Amino acid sequence: MTQRADVDAQLDAVLREERGRLTAALVRILRDWDLAEELVQDAAVTALEHWPTEGIPRNPGAWLMTAARRKAVDRLRRHARYRDRMRELTAQASEMDQPIATGGPMGADDRLRLLFTCCHPALNREAQVALTLRTIGGLETAAVARAFLVPEATIAQRLVRAKRKIRDAAIPYRVPEAAELPARLGEVLRVLYLVFNEGYLASSGDAPERRDLARDAEWLTSLVARLMPDEPEVIGLLALMRLHLARADARFAPDGSLVLLPDQDRSRWNSASIRDAVELLARAERMSRPGTYQLQAAILATHAASPSWGDTPWPAVIALYDMLLRMEPTPVVALNRSLAVAERDGPAAALAELEPLAERLDDYHLYHAARAEMLRRLGRDDEARDADRRALQLTDNPAERRLLEQRLGS
Amino acid sequence: MKYMMLIADSEDGMARSTDEEQATYARIGAWWNDQAAAGRIVEGHELQPSSTATTVRIGPDGGTTVTDGPFVEGKEMVGGYGILDVPDLDAALAVASSWPGTATSLEIRPIVERDATS
Repeated sequence: MTQRADVDAQLDAVLREERGRLTAALVRILRDWDLAEELVQDAAVTALEHWPTEGIPRNPGAWLMTAARRKAVDRLRRHARYRDRMRELTAQASEMDQPIATGGPMGADDRLRLLFTCCHPALNREAQVALTLRTIGGLETAAVARAFLVPEATIAQRLVRAKRKIRDAAIPYRVPEAAELPARLGEVLRVLYLVFNEGYLASSGDAPERRDLARDAEWLTSLVARLMPDEPEVIGLLALMRLHLARADARFAPDGSLVLLPDQDRSRWNSASIRDAVELLARAERMSRPGTYQLQAAILATHAASPSWGDTPWPAVIALYDMLLRMEPTPVVALNRSLAVAERDGPAAALAELEPLAERLDDYHLYHAARAEMLRRLGRDDEARDADRRALQLTDNPAERRLLEQRLGS
Repeated sequence: MKYMMLIADSEDGMARSTDEEQATYARIGAWWNDQAAAGRIVEGHELQPSSTATTVRIGPDGGTTVTDGPFVEGKEMVGGYGILDVPDLDAALAVASSWPGTATSLEIRPIVERDATS
C-alpha cells in the first residue's frame, strides 16, 4: 500500500501538469472550451477515485485521456457532428502513451497554442489572466477568484465572456507565425509577470504577499521555457522570478513590515536558487538577443552577487539600467535607476533625476517613498515626511504601510 | 468567417486637399483593390462625411425622431466599411493592420451568420 499523503502530493503534481495538457488537447480536438473543461473535470474526479488505491498509473496522461474519452462517449453519443472528433479523440488516447519527460510533441504544442489563445491581444488583460490561470495553470475558478480577491461569480463571468469572444470572433488556436511572434510572446510574458507581481507583492488585501500565486506564475513560465527553449526573454523572465523568490524569506520583518533590499539579511537568501537562476540567465545571454526581462534579471543578479548593499558595484548596476531605459523608456525604470544613482553620486543627484518624473508618477507610491528617502538623507526632514505621507495614502499593501508608518513615527 | 471592418478617422484625415492627402488616398485605393483581388475584402464603401448623416431613433414607446448628424458625435467618425472574408481573427487583424493611411482606427466585428440548417 502506498502512503496516503505521499499519493496526495504526487497526485497534485501530476494532475497539475496533466490537466493543462489534457485541456489543451481536448480544446484542439473538440473546438469547444466548455466541453473540454467539463471532460477534464470528469477525468480528474475519476482519477481521484482510482489513483489513491490503485496507485498513480505509469502514464497518467494517457490514463486521463482515456478517462476523458469514456466520459466524452457518454456525452456526445447523440451528436452526429462530434463523431469525427470522437474518432480523433480515440486515436489521441493511444498516441498520448508517452511519458511527460520526453514531452510528447502533441501535448507540448497544444498547451502553447492554448496559451497564445488565452493571451490574445483581442482579449482584455483581466480575461487573459483568468483564462491562463484557469486553463493552463489548472486553477479552479474559486482559486482564481481568491487570488485576485474578487467574487467567484465575477471570474466565472469573465471566463464565460472571454470564451464566447474566442468562439464568436474566431480567435485562432495556434502558435503565432514568426513575424508576429515577438509581439505575441511579449503579451504572454506580460500576463505571466503580472500574475507573479500580484502574488509577490499584493496590491490589495490583507496578506502582503500571496506566494502561491507567484509560484503559479513561476511554474507557468518554466512551462513556457520548456516549450520554447530558444526564446531568451522567456528564460530571462524565469530567472527574474526565481531571483525574486530566492529573496522571499528576507523580505518581511517579524512584525510584518516590508524589509527593503538594503536592509535585508542576505544570509537568508536562498543561495542555491540564486546560483541556478544566474546560470539560467547566462544561458539566455549566450543567445545574444537582449531584452527587458534579461536586463531586469541581470540587475537582480548583480545585487544577489554582492555580499552587502555597500559592496554593490553601482556603475555596473547603472549601466544595466541605462540599457533597460533605452529599451523601455518608462518613468518607473527611471525611478529605479535613480536609486542606484543615489548610491554612486549621492542623494542630491538622485533627487535631481526624480524631479522630472513628478508629473507622470504622482499617483505611484514608490515615487514618493523614494523622494522621501532622498530628502531624509539631505536632512530636509519636513519635506521627507510630506512625501512619506503621500506614499502612505497611495498604497493598500499592509507591509508597505507598516514600513511607511514606522518612518513617519520615528 | 466574415467580419465587418468599420473604418474611422478624424475626417480631416479624409480630406484630399494637399498633394500628400491625394497620395494617401490613392494608396488606400490601390490597397483596397489588392485586398479585394485576393478575396479578403468582399464588399465595402467609403461614406460621405458625417455632416451628411441623419439618424432615426426609435424610442422605448416606439415613437421615432429624426435628427441631423451621426449616432455619436466624437473625434473619430466612421468614414467607410468593408466586409472581410478571412479564416480567423488574426487574418482580419492582419488586413486592418496593413491599412496604408495614418491616424485611423479600424474596428473588427464578426458578422452573425446563420447556417441553413438552423
